[in-house]
Amino acid sequence: MATLPVSELEIIRAYGPHTSSMDRLRSSTSVEPDRLVKTHCCFCGQQCGIQLRVKDNEVIGFEPWDDFPFNRGMLCPKGVKRYLQGSHPDRLTTALRRDPSAPSGFSPLPYPEAIDRVAREIQRLQSAHGPSSIAMLSGASLTTEKAYLLGKFARVALRTPYIDYNGRLCMVSAGAGNKKAFGIDRTTSPWSDMVGTEVIWVAGSNVAECSPITTNYLWQAREQGARIIVQDPRATPVARTCDLFLPVKPGRDAALFAGVLALMIEHDWIDHDFIDRHTVGFEQVAAYCRQWTPARTAAETGVPERSLRTAAEWWGQAKTSFLFHARGIEHHNHGVANVLGAINLVLASGRIGKPKCGYGTIVGQANGQGGREHGQKCDQLPGWRDISNPEHRKYIASVWGIPEPELPGPGVDAYELFRKIDAGEIKGLISVCFNPVVSLPDNAFVRRALDKLELYVAVDFFLNDTAHYADVVLPGSLQEEDEGTVTQVEGRVIKINKAVDPPGEARQDWRIIQDLARALGRERGFTFQDPKEMFEELRVASKGGVADYSGITWDKVERNMGVFWPCYAEDPRTGRPVDHPGTPRLFERESWNPVAKGSGPFYFPDGKARFNVAEHRPPTEEVDAEFPLILTTGRVVSQFLSGTQTRRIGPLVTQYPEPRIELHPRLAEKLGIADGDWATAESRRGSVTLQAQVVTTIRPDTIFIPYHWPGPKSANQLTISAQDPISKIPEYKVCAVRLRRAEGPPPYAKVLEPQQ
Amino acid sequence: MKPDHLQFFIDPSRCIGCQSCVQACTECDTHRGDSMIHVEYVNRSLSTQTVPVVCMHCDQPTCAEVCPADAIKRTADGVVQTARKPRCIACGNCVMACPFGVPELKLERQIMMKCDMCYDRTSVGKKPMCATVCPSQALFYGTREQIEQLRPRSIPTNRFQFGKQTITTGVSVMVPRDGPRPEVLDVTAAMDTEPATRARSGASRIPGLEVLADPFAEIEV
Repeated sequence: MATLPVSELEIIRAYGPHTSSMDRLRSSTSVEPDRLVKTHCCFCGQQCGIQLRVKDNEVIGFEPWDDFPFNRGMLCPKGVKRYLQGSHPDRLTTALRRDPSAPSGFSPLPYPEAIDRVAREIQRLQSAHGPSSIAMLSGASLTTEKAYLLGKFARVALRTPYIDYNGRLCMVSAGAGNKKAFGIDRTTSPWSDMVGTEVIWVAGSNVAECSPITTNYLWQAREQGARIIVQDPRATPVARTCDLFLPVKPGRDAALFAGVLALMIEHDWIDHDFIDRHTVGFEQVAAYCRQWTPARTAAETGVPERSLRTAAEWWGQAKTSFLFHARGIEHHNHGVANVLGAINLVLASGRIGKPKCGYGTIVGQANGQGGREHGQKCDQLPGWRDISNPEHRKYIASVWGIPEPELPGPGVDAYELFRKIDAGEIKGLISVCFNPVVSLPDNAFVRRALDKLELYVAVDFFLNDTAHYADVVLPGSLQEEDEGTVTQVEGRVIKINKAVDPPGEARQDWRIIQDLARALGRERGFTFQDPKEMFEELRVASKGGVADYSGITWDKVERNMGVFWPCYAEDPRTGRPVDHPGTPRLFERESWNPVAKGSGPFYFPDGKARFNVAEHRPPTEEVDAEFPLILTTGRVVSQFLSGTQTRRIGPLVTQYPEPRIELHPRLAEKLGIADGDWATAESRRGSVTLQAQVVTTIRPDTIFIPYHWPGPKSANQLTISAQDPISKIPEYKVCAVRLRRAEGPPPYAKVLEPQQ
Repeated sequence: MKPDHLQFFIDPSRCIGCQSCVQACTECDTHRGDSMIHVEYVNRSLSTQTVPVVCMHCDQPTCAEVCPADAIKRTADGVVQTARKPRCIACGNCVMACPFGVPELKLERQIMMKCDMCYDRTSVGKKPMCATVCPSQALFYGTREQIEQLRPRSIPTNRFQFGKQTITTGVSVMVPRDGPRPEVLDVTAAMDTEPATRARSGASRIPGLEVLADPFAEIEV
């Protein structure tokens, strides 16, 4: 019975978020660390190298890691202060059970008892309602080893098809678009290819705040002559010094790409030779784009014709270029079409698979790349295999030692999973690394669904906002308390190293999962002694898949400071063992891949890339007289995702304490709202009252709210649960709202601290 | 001693306001928990322009000249130190006098604190913490040759005029060769259907680099 045991305020009082500070050993100016541990940041997909200063099983600070090639010592404020998530007053050091009689709503439970209780409940529900009555939600901040284990655990131990992950909110539009166009889903080039190009196109990516380290690559490219094009409804910090700013109206990216491609075709700024030899489908795309005349494109996108023409001229005539995009074009009901529209621009230019020519998606989470490759996604098996493909099923069943028919089929996406909970089909949920009451759209629905669960088990190191609903909470591990690999933004597999042990009864997530498997009597296949053993099995499981890790070893990763997949154990051409160096740049003209088998550089049997018609569709919710404004959501530099970690780190909270509503002075004047006023934004689903920030750096028809906060401050009270039909990504970037000045501060202002 | 050939450069056109430098400054062992630098918005309502404010390490530091307690010392290798503890009386003269707006009073500690170019790090050959972590490399520490080679679009300058006072500094500011950016960054300017007429002022001095129309050029600056 997963409802709030006591009022949410009482839970927050006990479990936070409270903020940490530089205290005790961490404030000392004289203490020397016992050792420095080379590892990576626990937050975004840039995965900056960092050294943690460790003293007496505590991380007491950091030291830059100058040698790691991607970031060379650079860090954003989150990386600098990430160590303050350790030794935290909110840290869960025991298991908890829901207890309405306890003032905080929860009571400690000895860990073995907690595992037994969860296993008994799972068994009860599964024997009454079948194996599919239990679902799992996992996350792309987990190491690849954990992601692999969770996918296996759901299918083999729980025997449920229902597992999905929070990359559903993040990487799936890019992944689906990449698979459709290239047959493989990975950024094509190392970031170093950006420096030395003539044009860089940044589509829907607030680089400065969401992937700060990329800024130096961007600026260095500009120093060396690159023109920077930024496409965004907000003039983000990198837009300030760009060469061309395309102030696109939210939800109109596919139209913009089509209009620019039409101009390129009209002026014959396309690479015919490349299109003929290496692609299929150009004619259909060209036919579709014809309707997107400059005038029509300008009217639809809000980008003036002059800028569309400049973009086409620069992009069309360049000899080298790099295009990258992020959630800005992906979080839409046509996110995959937007991605394909961007890819069409790249393919028409022929500038891919060559030095200084690249295309990429900026992953959001630590393991946004690796976490989407090895089977925690509802339709996927390790190695980017397809759970509906009989050959793929057979292979993975053999690796896992189960008969193929026992392997469940495809499940559903994370949001659909909540609809199934709401419909009573799913009775029990286990979540690891997912905080849906903050991160999913229309979160009032998510709360209603949680109320209907008979069993909710949350694994986390802090009591995250969704875990307030849990029956049992199992105390998991911080990134620095475990080891494993992740795959960062460029497709480079890197090694996370353990710095300290988990405190109290907390333990590594993979141990918790294996303990559950044992308690369920399904221990076989879940007796790994350490993550390295999991990686060794993953190498076998991914072998022959598109995301082939078979030639990667932890040793090779550490020796080379990362290995780019695909990396083969055996030369796929000859079958002979090979010491494969990995693949930093995809699609080089003479390259060989196991799908094309020499017929071309792309991962289709004919070796050719696919142009796909990238049709512009309007957003699900257009503005109207009642809700006349567009709401778009995103991040700020000092917070990360649902804030479970960053809202607990004092200096990061101080930097940007609470969400604000960003609006243009023209709109502010019309509505009588001044900078700093309390203002209420309302959609058809909910409302939020926050302080206004009046800035000229946003379109006057659009307001922006960052999404990292819970409860009454959550932007996702307003957002719409519409999804892309292919990728099922939610449409976070567009919904219709209205805005008015509030009479005064909302009730929460008196009782909640900024981070709560 | 801080090696002579290594210098500090500030490139405000690169700054993204992320505060990584400030957060990292608070990690330094000599002043843990306090930042000796700051990042300022020029005017957030009109632009995202931010400026990292680290000490310029003047050859003749005004802060030291006006200090009644002689609490600010300049080392032989040109680093102007933060206020010395027993001497500083937290009078704020230096805060008023510094033409660059660098020193800040820490009232709770009754002392002025300002950037000492991470003397504990730079004097042993390391880079300052802020310039190490800066994700946009708006703060750069290296040789003049390096910066000239890496940043052809701007010129390092360490000579500044404030009224009748000429100040030369140990730290250089990167001045864009193709002129200043507009002070106002208004998205509606980029939405205007009329072509922007104003090119960036000043001709480019970089061969092959044309002066581009400015995407935000609605308002004459």
